[in-house]
Amino acid sequence: MPNDLWLSIGAILPIIVLAVWACLLLLVDLFIPAQRKGWTASLAAVGLLITLAVILSRLGQSQSGFGGMVMVDNFANFLSILLLASGLAAIALSHDYLQRTGIERGEYYVLLLFSISGMMLMGMASDLIMVFLALELLSIPLYVLAGIAVPRLNSEEAAIKYFLLGAFASGFLVYGTALVYGASGSTSIAKIVQVIQAGQHNLTLLLAGAGLILVGLGFKVAVAPFHMWTPDVYQGAPSSVTAFMAVGAKAAGFAALLRIFVLAFPVVSLDMTPVLWSVAALTMILGNFVAIAQKNIKRLLAYSSIAHAGYILMALTPYGQSNVSADSVASALFYLVAYALTNFAAWAVVIALEQADERGLELSDYAGLGRKQPALAAAMTVAMLSFTGVPPTLGFVGKFFLFRTVIEGGFIGLALIGVLTSLVSAYYYLRVVVIMYMQEGEPVVRRDGWLYATAFVSSIGVVALSIFAGPLIALASRAILNLF
Amino acid sequence: MLFDYLPIIVLIIISTGLAGIAVLLGHLLGPRRPTLRKSVPYESGMRPIGPGARRMPVRFYLIAVLFILFDIEIIFFLPWAVVFKKLGLFGLVEMFIFIAILLVGYVYAWKKGALEWE
Amino acid sequence: MLIDWIIFFGLAVVAIASGIGLLLSKNAIYAALNLIANFTAVAIFYLILAAPFIALAQIAVYAGAIMVLFLFVIMLLGAERLGGTSTLRWQRPLAIVLGLILIVETVLVFINRSGAIAPIVEVTADFGSPAAIGESLFSTYLLPFEVISVLLLAAMIGAIVLTRRRDQKA
Repeated sequence: MPNDLWLSIGAILPIIVLAVWACLLLLVDLFIPAQRKGWTASLAAVGLLITLAVILSRLGQSQSGFGGMVMVDNFANFLSILLLASGLAAIALSHDYLQRTGIERGEYYVLLLFSISGMMLMGMASDLIMVFLALELLSIPLYVLAGIAVPRLNSEEAAIKYFLLGAFASGFLVYGTALVYGASGSTSIAKIVQVIQAGQHNLTLLLAGAGLILVGLGFKVAVAPFHMWTPDVYQGAPSSVTAFMAVGAKAAGFAALLRIFVLAFPVVSLDMTPVLWSVAALTMILGNFVAIAQKNIKRLLAYSSIAHAGYILMALTPYGQSNVSADSVASALFYLVAYALTNFAAWAVVIALEQADERGLELSDYAGLGRKQPALAAAMTVAMLSFTGVPPTLGFVGKFFLFRTVIEGGFIGLALIGVLTSLVSAYYYLRVVVIMYMQEGEPVVRRDGWLYATAFVSSIGVVALSIFAGPLIALASRAILNLF
Repeated sequence: MLFDYLPIIVLIIISTGLAGIAVLLGHLLGPRRPTLRKSVPYESGMRPIGPGARRMPVRFYLIAVLFILFDIEIIFFLPWAVVFKKLGLFGLVEMFIFIAILLVGYVYAWKKGALEWE
Repeated sequence: MLIDWIIFFGLAVVAIASGIGLLLSKNAIYAALNLIANFTAVAIFYLILAAPFIALAQIAVYAGAIMVLFLFVIMLLGAERLGGTSTLRWQRPLAIVLGLILIVETVLVFINRSGAIAPIVEVTADFGSPAAIGESLFSTYLLPFEVISVLLLAAMIGAIVLTRRRDQKA
């Protein structure tokens, strides 16, 4: 065992580094005075950068660890890098915002690091038990972060809603795991695949298990009809938390869905594909149509986030066709990157306009932004165009890639729903742009270097990467799932 | 298989039996002359303060949550203790890491004053 | 094996009765006490199923720690004196109907299950003993074990962050 053990520890070294850093930061933070929490923020960012360096130094290797508990392959590394970058963006958005709303505490950054390590673990998990533990490790800090503005009432409401429904969803995941174990005699994805290939599985139980796992993870990524918590939680949680949650929880949830379904469940694809089809279609329709009625920008982005979960789930629909499944994974990963960048650009602007006591969050507060703050308005415009899927933005390339995968899989109807709902979404996304440029108003904007940097880097990234999308597409296509 | 637990069952029977006998004997042998003072709920011998079912301070909540977390930690000690010799140094190191991580939480809770009663 | 059946049905009666008692008690504290009885009965079920470790965890964690938390919460909310008025009137009949459907379905599954579920993993008698669990926990499930400690740490931070105010001792 020892030799093998060192290899395994080496495989998950990035997570160990991040978790140990988070533990040390928790202790160091005890000695940092309350008005100097910027140090904690910087130290947390340093931790993320070190972790990123560890990952970058070992790219390209794929290695299984702890007897098949984790699989560190290109797929996991791709997600880890995305998550670490999102973590850095989240810290950049957080510090000034937390300080001026008076909710800054050192634990915020520690919990953020724990959540990221859970998300990275989710990308690597190749055993259903690991998937469950990673899900809990990423969720529990998020529940607390959603409520960190306590005693503000709607932050408390967000935390309790997210916690109760999240715990409920975890129950579904555990139940599904138990049924899959009953069907195959193992929780390890590699062993499940072996048993299925040998034909020793129980199909009914496996199907029920797959369905329950879809429900459990569907809650986390907020697909309809498991999305009810999303608007309230996104609105009630502090904006910097929401910005991170929208990307991180989605990326991690889809990572687990992709790995479990593409590797272990092709055998039930005949039954699961129609389910995925209808869930994706329902999510896209519901998310986009309800978003039209929103007056509050945070709620609007919440429904937008639901709609985008639907688009990504669309890529998973043809997962059972072995010639398409690689494209499913690649296009979903690519879209997650596109969504992350766009999302941070939009939220940076939202946070810049948010004032104390949650004022400045109505759409009407954006009136006149085009004249007063052309740069911020431009960043927001880029984000809105990218959410809609208009060229030249990353959202367009991502959607193109998704639709191609779906059509390749033969689901032209679903692709059509996707295109039509994208057209619908143009209405409410462009309305934000219209309000910014066409209406008169005196928007109050917070000037903060990190906020502006995040907005500009993300929005420039959204445009630039769409023009030179080749390398990113190549990276996403190389992020294949390894079984052994 | 269940006969392995016979001692526990015997223990339960004896303890409930003894408690029952004590109550029963007191009931049968003791003189009963109730007064108003005597029939008041027993509160360590002093005069009761307020109703028994009043709201408890919210501080208990944090104590109970911390109790649960450390209780779960204890549960993991049990299987470790049973095979401790077989696992050898390797198991010791594993458990050490487990405790070290939770010790961080303990130090944090202590420094934050979560264990203080204010 | 008659004794097994007697133990099983005795426990089943206790478990179901305490479950119903939990639902019907007007006083939240009595409901919690019923739940403890229920947990204990279920723990003995685990013992019968040759899973002593789970039985132990059930008593130590659920009937012990978690019920202590429940009782604290009930008492600190003063919830034991709340009236039994329900705002959702339709819930009870719906719950009864759904519960009946579930029971009927379960019985149907047992009567005409298609093809027995083959025991894929051969289980030895001491499968659920603390020793067996210890051995697999500290070899196969080493990583999950360590992740649990990080998880507990995160939960601990969360509990303290959400209950302590900012102004007390930065």
